[in-house]
This record gives sequence, C-alpha cells and structure tokens, in this order.
Amino acid sequence: MSQSRSEGPRSEGPRSEGPRTEWPLWEVFVRSRQGLSHKHVGSLHAPDAEMAIQNARDVYTRRQEGQSIWVVPSAEIVASSPDDKGELFDPANDKVYRHPTFYSVPDAVENM
Amino acid sequence: MNETELMDQPAANAPALDAGTQAIFVDYLLHLGDNGLILGQRLGEWCGHGPVLEEDIAMTNIALDLIGQARMLLTRAGEIEGAGRDEDALAYTRDALAFRNLLLVEQPNGDFALTMVRQFLFSAWSYELYRRLTASTDPGLAAIAAKAVKEAAYHRRHSGEWLIRLGDGTAESKRRAQDALDDLWIFTDEMFEAQPGDAALAAAGLIPEPSSLRPDWEAMVERVLAEATLTRPDPGFRREGGRTGRHSEYLGHILSELQFLQRAYPGAQW
Amino acid sequence: MTNVTGLQAGESAEEQAFQAKIDREERIEPKDWMPEGYRKTLVRQISQHAHSEIVGMLPEGNWVTRAPSLKRKAVLLAKIQDEAGHGLYLYSAAETLDASRDEMTEALHDGRAKYSSIFNYPTLSWADIGAIGWLVDGAAIVNQVALCRCSYGPYARAMERICKEESFHQRQGYEIMMVLAQGTPEQKEMAQDALNRWWGPALMMFGPHDSNSVHSSRNMAWKIKRRSNDDLRQQFIDMTVPQAEYLDLSIPDPDLTWNEETGHYEVGPIDWDEFERVVKGGGPVGRERIRDRRRAWEEGAWVREAALAHAEKRRQRKMQAAAE
Repeated sequence: MSQSRSEGPRSEGPRSEGPRTEWPLWEVFVRSRQGLSHKHVGSLHAPDAEMAIQNARDVYTRRQEGQSIWVVPSAEIVASSPDDKGELFDPANDKVYRHPTFYSVPDAVENM
Repeated sequence: MNETELMDQPAANAPALDAGTQAIFVDYLLHLGDNGLILGQRLGEWCGHGPVLEEDIAMTNIALDLIGQARMLLTRAGEIEGAGRDEDALAYTRDALAFRNLLLVEQPNGDFALTMVRQFLFSAWSYELYRRLTASTDPGLAAIAAKAVKEAAYHRRHSGEWLIRLGDGTAESKRRAQDALDDLWIFTDEMFEAQPGDAALAAAGLIPEPSSLRPDWEAMVERVLAEATLTRPDPGFRREGGRTGRHSEYLGHILSELQFLQRAYPGAQW
Repeated sequence: MTNVTGLQAGESAEEQAFQAKIDREERIEPKDWMPEGYRKTLVRQISQHAHSEIVGMLPEGNWVTRAPSLKRKAVLLAKIQDEAGHGLYLYSAAETLDASRDEMTEALHDGRAKYSSIFNYPTLSWADIGAIGWLVDGAAIVNQVALCRCSYGPYARAMERICKEESFHQRQGYEIMMVLAQGTPEQKEMAQDALNRWWGPALMMFGPHDSNSVHSSRNMAWKIKRRSNDDLRQQFIDMTVPQAEYLDLSIPDPDLTWNEETGHYEVGPIDWDEFERVVKGGGPVGRERIRDRRRAWEEGAWVREAALAHAEKRRQRKMQAAAE
C-alpha cells in the first residue's frame, strides 16, 4: 500500500490551487499481543512521528488491540513491482524440497 | 481492570469516617466526578467538528476517558453518601449550585488552541492528583485513581504536544495559543486552593493537600511552555468558587443541555 | 454489451487478464494493473462511503450533549468515534488508488461528491438515535457485509474491520428503542414517531431499483458490488419487520404484507420522488450538514498548517545541528 505508486494508472483531473496543508501519510503496524509480529493495520495522516504514534493509538487500538505500535512514512516504503512477480516469486514454486511433506518418513517414526 | 469491571465490583468498603468528614469527602468526590463530567461534556461538543479526522478521534477518546472517570467517581460518591443516589441521579438532578467542578473545565471550547490549553492545564494537574490518590485510604477512590492516572498521563502528553506545535508553529497559531493561555490562566490557582474541610480529609489519608501538587504541576507547565515558546502570564485576578458552587455563567447552560431529557420526562428510564 | 463475466469484445489482453483474475475470485491490490474505469469507480464509491461516515457523525453528534444517561452518553460518543475511524479507514483505502484525502474532502465540500442522503434528515428526538442505530446501521451492515468480498483488497479489508467494529452499533440502537417502547406512553410515542420518519429513508439507502440502477451490471462483473440493490433491501426488510413486531411498533406502510409463497415481506411503493429530491437538493438539512463540515475544515486550517510548520522547523533544526 505505498503512497506513491510507481505502476498503474495515475489519477488525473484538476488539482485545486492554493497551498496544500495535507499532513503526510503514515503506515501503521500494531503488535496485538506479546509474542506476535507487528502487523500492518492501515494508515493515517500526521504532521510528525510523535503525533503519528498518538493518532495510531487513538485510531487503531480503540479496542485494546495493541501492545506496541510502529509508524512508517508511507513515502518511505519501497514495494516490489507486480510486473516482477514472476521473476521474484515463481522460482520458489519448484523448490518443493523446502517443505516437510516432500520427505517420506515411515509412520512408525513418531514426533517428526 | 476496565471501567465496567470496576463499576461492577461490589462497593469497596467505605473507610470509617465520622458524619462530618464523610459529608466533606462526598463533596470532594463530587468535585472530582464533576470535573470529568463537565470537561467530558465540553469535549463532546467537538464531536464531528475537529480540525482533522485524526484529532476528532483523539478528542473523543479523551472525552470518553473523562466521562468514564465521572461515572466511577459519582458512583463512589453515591455509595459513601448512602442516600441511594447513583451516577445519573447525581449528574442529572443537581442544580448548578450543587456542582463542585473547577471553573476551568466549564469554560467554553473556543478555538482548538483554547481547548488544548484548557486540557493541558487541567490534565497536568489531574495527573499529579490521581498519582497521589492511588494511595488514598479509601480503596474505592484508590482503584479509580489507578485507572485515571494513566488516562491523565496520556491526555497531558497529547495536549502538551499540541501546545508545543501551536506555540512553535505559525504566527497565527502562536497568537491563538498565547491568547488561550492568557484567558485561562486566572482559573489555575483554584486547583491548588484548599477548602476548609480538606485538611481533615488529608489528615485521614483520603486526599493529598491541594497545595502539595503545585511544584510538580509548575515544573511540567514551565517545561512545556518553554518548548512551546509561550510566555507564562502574569498572575492576574484569580477566579475561584467552583468547589463551593459559585460557578461561571456557563455552567447553567451546560446543565440545561446535559439534563434536558431527565428534566422533561421526570422519572423515566432510558 | 457486458456479458456475465464482464469481458467485452475488443478488450485488450491486459483487460482480459484483469477480468479473468476477478472471475477467479483473486483480489486486486494497489499496484496491480487495473482499468481506469475500475479505479475511478472505486475511488467514487469508497470516498462516498467515507463521506457518509463523516457526515453521519453530525446527526448523532447533535445528541451527545443531551444523552439521557451517562452510559448512553459514553456509548454514543464511542459509536460516533467509530464512525470517524471508519471514515478514516475508507479514505485510506481510497488513497491507495492515488486519491488524496484533501481532494476527496474538497469534493465533498463543494458538492461534487455524494454521500448517503439519509444523513440529510434531522434528528429531532432521542428516539432518533435509537432509530439510526437500529435501522440506518442495520441497513449499512447488510450492505457492508456484502462488500467484505469486494474484489479490491484494501476496500475489502477496511470493510472487514468496519463490520467487526460496527456489530455493537445496531444492537445499542435497538436497545434504545426497546427501552423507549417499553417505557412511558410518551416514550413509546417517541419511538413510533422515529420509526415513522426513518423507515422510508432506510429503505432508500440501498439505492434505486435494480431496473433503474445505472452502474450495476458492470460493477457486479468487477465484483465491486456483490449483490443487487433490491436483493440487499429485501434482506433488510425481512430482518427488520419481525424486530419491529417484537417492539410492538408498527412499520409505517399500510401495504406491508407477508408473502407465504416466497417467504418474504412485500412493501408498498417506495417514494422515489423524495429520494431524487433528497439526492439532488440535499434534503431537509443537507445544506446544514455540508456547511458544518466545511466550517470545521476551514476553522481547522490554521491548526493543520501550524503542525506542518512545526514539523518543518524541527527538521531544519535537526539539519542545522547535524551541520554544526
């Protein structure tokens, strides 16, 4: 969910005149429970990092969902391009030997 | 423990107090509860009208915390009073003269700067107060304070950060923040002013001496004002009287709105 | 002509691959190739949805300071706050499509963007808060559950979160109605009056009849819309009529009948003239709603600017410190 999309159609139409006061967009990651990774939960606008943390707390942890929050400026996220999906991810398809089910172990051998 | 759990607890044993001290303590609990209720009510007026969506959500969070505190504190006041008044009876059927909140919290929202300055001055105080009230000899109040102190810490942080951004932002925001500070400063002395009964409550370990909060409050306010490049106003005329029921003109209007349905349909359940 | 899969003669290979992906129930993600029409439709629909959440805060906000008990006040505040959050999730979803929130906000303020016209009706009594939760949120949930399976990933994920959080909204509304319906005669009358005023507009929330719906077939093929307006409306009616009966309140429709054969309730004609008038002319309080939103936005401009100015000052000081 990167803010500046390098691919795909761009928005068109008139952008209105006058100074923009839109706060930067931040991506929010929340650790919902100790022992779990931070997970992307959404985004929000904030003028700076401290306010982004506070806003993230108010917006995304209203129901005790949070133990820890990360915020990252959306513009700083580097995403892989969907066009590269083939070359990046398909090669993993034929490496079935990375999966445990590739190996046969007799039923008599337990706990493996 | 969350609010609902706290409220569902069987009433913590009331400390053994003589009738006079008990009445003063009830009055003090009303003071705390009314602060939360009236400031929560004021913040509720912002609902849907904030300067940016994220801040609308933040202000509502603060309002919810304050209303939650008010419910627990008024409930506790009713328990100790022992006259069968619950949170709603206390919130909805007392007249302005019987309200005990600080004058600060009933002041109108004004612009966003005024709302944030009011919040900061109040939260910096209530943080210090609840921090000490966690050691109250009334276990009911101590439990409420343990929850409220964390909320107050966040409110102080949020409004303090805003004060810094407004004070050290644009020329306009600085002017507005300084104006707000100048407008509200005369209400701050009241927070540290002891009422005649407070000494007895402090002696019983129920509450801290009001004046004892001042140094810590001052230090916090000084730090934030310095970072916000705002000027501490000169001590001017002091406004006080909230704890004795001598309010500003605003409270009557707040109550006429807050209590409207209960007054229009006496005795109805909602 | 659009056929059932949305494939059209003369479509490019990209378009065909896109449609095939949707037909396989695969989600479309922000950077994936998509037809411009798909992107535009989504931005329009998601931002309309977001605007509805935001404007929807106003009729309920009208009763926050007058809620009749502290519990009700807290619940109402929490509910309105959720709506702000839901507006925010939705704006975020639209922002993944290169729409900026400021631009969407401006479109709302100058009347280019629509929002659910139900919020252009006033909240006249406390029972309206009950009716909004019960009927308006009830109708919204029926719509939103269907949208959790929308083909666009960020929209579907926002909808899932919203549906989860909104589950209490309808229940709190129904509870308010129940207390009123079982209260004093005056309270019951208040509840009936609210039902009388909100029933028709709630049915209109699902949009025009399928036969008159402009975008339906293409949006169904793109799986931006998963079920038809009439289909969703019928589900809402079947759900709600027995709930009204339980309250001993009457649905304000003399033609309402139960069709034994189909197993559905049938309602009388919906007043589409009124619908058109409200959509076009803003309804009873449409002008106030937009005026309030615009005022909040304009009066907040100096706050937003100040925060940005402060962030810039900090950045400069940091750079200066690093240079020294």
